[in-house]
Amino acid sequence: MGKMLMIYPDKCTGCRICELACSFQQEGSFRPGASRIKTLTWEREGFSVPLLCQQCDDAGCVSVCPTGAMHYGPPGSDLVELNQDACIGCKLCVIACPFGSVNYDSATRLIAKCDTCAGAPQCVAMCPNGALEWVDDAEQTRARKRVVGEKLKAVFEEVK
Amino acid sequence: MYGWTGTILRVDLTHGTVRRERTDRELAHDYIGARGMGGRIIADEVDPQADPLGPENKMVFAPGPFTGTFAPSGGRYNVITKSPLNNTIAASNSGGTFGPELKYAGYDAVIVEGRSRTPVYLWIRDDEVVIRDASAFWGMNVHDAVDAMRAETDEDAKVACIGPAGENLSLIASVMNEMHRAAGRTGVGAVMGSKKLKAIVVVGTGPVTVADPDRFKSAVLSCTGKIKANPVGGAGLKAYGTNVLVNILNEVGALPTRNFQDGHFPNADKTGGESLAANQLVRPKGCYACVISCGRVTKTDNPLYPGMGEGPEYETAWGFGADSGVDNLDAIVKANYLCNEYGLDTISMSATIACAMELYERGYLTKEDTDGLDLVFGNAQAMVEAVRKTGTGEGFGKRLAEGSYRLAESVGHPELSMTTKKQEMPAYDPRGVQGIGLNYATGNRGGCHVRGYTISYEVLGQGPPMDPHATEGKAALDIAFQNLTAALDATGSCLFATFGIGGPELAEMLSALTGEEYSLEEFLRAGERIWNNERLWNLKVGYSAADDTLPKRLLEEPIKTGASRGEVNRLDEMLPEYYSLRGWDADGVPTQAKLEELAL
Repeated sequence: MGKMLMIYPDKCTGCRICELACSFQQEGSFRPGASRIKTLTWEREGFSVPLLCQQCDDAGCVSVCPTGAMHYGPPGSDLVELNQDACIGCKLCVIACPFGSVNYDSATRLIAKCDTCAGAPQCVAMCPNGALEWVDDAEQTRARKRVVGEKLKAVFEEVK
Repeated sequence: MYGWTGTILRVDLTHGTVRRERTDRELAHDYIGARGMGGRIIADEVDPQADPLGPENKMVFAPGPFTGTFAPSGGRYNVITKSPLNNTIAASNSGGTFGPELKYAGYDAVIVEGRSRTPVYLWIRDDEVVIRDASAFWGMNVHDAVDAMRAETDEDAKVACIGPAGENLSLIASVMNEMHRAAGRTGVGAVMGSKKLKAIVVVGTGPVTVADPDRFKSAVLSCTGKIKANPVGGAGLKAYGTNVLVNILNEVGALPTRNFQDGHFPNADKTGGESLAANQLVRPKGCYACVISCGRVTKTDNPLYPGMGEGPEYETAWGFGADSGVDNLDAIVKANYLCNEYGLDTISMSATIACAMELYERGYLTKEDTDGLDLVFGNAQAMVEAVRKTGTGEGFGKRLAEGSYRLAESVGHPELSMTTKKQEMPAYDPRGVQGIGLNYATGNRGGCHVRGYTISYEVLGQGPPMDPHATEGKAALDIAFQNLTAALDATGSCLFATFGIGGPELAEMLSALTGEEYSLEEFLRAGERIWNNERLWNLKVGYSAADDTLPKRLLEEPIKTGASRGEVNRLDEMLPEYYSLRGWDADGVPTQAKLEELAL
């Protein structure tokens, strides 16, 4: 069974600890530019949402990569992986990603995308608000269904 | 250097020059950063007799070593300058994301000197630093100015700016960042206004480095766990914000009501955090790297007070609530929004209006003085209008903009200003909670709760059980809180982290981050050093032991109703012990031995 990273924008408070955790995992220091996850905030409305690589099954970044550096992981991994040694820095993957979640880091001059910290994503581990969850893909929407289900349950119990 | 960036930026607005300096390693070690380092820089470089609104005053914008890391709730910065409200070393503290961005741009501090002749803003992108024309933004409120300057620079830029109140040199003007966060107190916004500096706009892309990454991470995880496990730091503040305190303080009988004429407000519940959560709250909000999320994104649909924004904090809800006799939470929220837009300190603004209400009810101010506003306690609409007038600086607003002390003094009744050292005291009645009274009286920037938050032990049960009405042990308690808080502020941490962690945890994170070993003792000594540095400054600007006091009302007029009925503050039972435990003489002057011990 594969895993996926679920995002709950309703729980995000915009603290950006996910970015710090990611950058720290990558470099042992704090540089949000190195982070593979990015939190967007609308200050007037006080709304925030974290965005990151969706590990697509049919990934534009893989399709356009001329060297095979960006490739699908072994069967069962559900990941899109990057082989830095084969990367020529052409940035076609950056252009192709519809989510803006493949980045060219101008400080390191390397392509950067989420590798799920080899199956133990630090952004999830350190999010203080449960806005990120690393779940089995068969159960990906269970938590969200439960929230909606509980609302319906309350309504029906009230009617009864 | 680790934790620190090693660079300080110095900007001279008179000559339009910018230069970089190395962060002094010894200064960083001894004063840590933010409030500590900034306070030392002001004491060294500004003449205590300087006009705070003249070109000879300086401003320091300083994050701390934690700022920009994932130290829990450790993303703050301070604005340090000579206060135009009361001449003290103003060190106003704010969260948001501005502080971390300064660190990523590479700076432990930005020192602003001199005065520009025309409105300018400072645009920092890493090493590229430019003083730019701000004529087009002068006069804009905070929200619009932030949008406009981002359009001219970078849409993700972080902005610390003033609103019209700072431009008009209001002595209670704040510096705002990311629209809703405030370096609120002691009139720091007016200093920025006097320098014709509308904003500092920053984009940073560099790193904050760590001496021992594994040790730092493990310290951070342990601290985060402790804060999350604390009932206040974990669930309480996120669910109800700081405004959860309204009902708690009202029950203790220490919710100052109608300009401190009483300590109990019968309608308090309508203005508290529970009511806010049920009616105006949209969602909780966190500052940078915050694990607590006490911030409130709120909204009001009330046609009289429409708006969306952030707040109120407890002290704001108290000032525009109980202290003004107002129980309409929509009006309180609206007054908060206006303060954020005009760039006003919500505590001093609301307490000044409360003072004006008492002056008006006693006939010392007339309707003619107030431009026709019927400024009686409980008049929510008049209160909101008074905030607007102060923000724009029109009519009666000009007098409110100077704070309650000058207003009350101008009509011959300074005793009705609820201030110490001319700064308004916040939401904890010193008659109902003795230790906080001692803290207000000895506070180095005047009336302020976050210099020594003894409430944590006296009311919130965070330490050994303590009777808020007793004076025994309060001097020692106060000193412990004041020293710890000074050191904590200097790291860039939020005071609320202490709902879960204390000195040992902070010292461990600081050591792992910077690679300089701070024992607990050394960490607390840095706090004591910071406190004494601020004290020495106050003595130089002319304060003396006579100023370590409270308004006569709090020493002589007992609370009338509620759980603290009959109480006054018994400062004289605590102050001599405070001086003695501090190692100060009977006149409140640090002894030579103490100064030597602290290397001052």
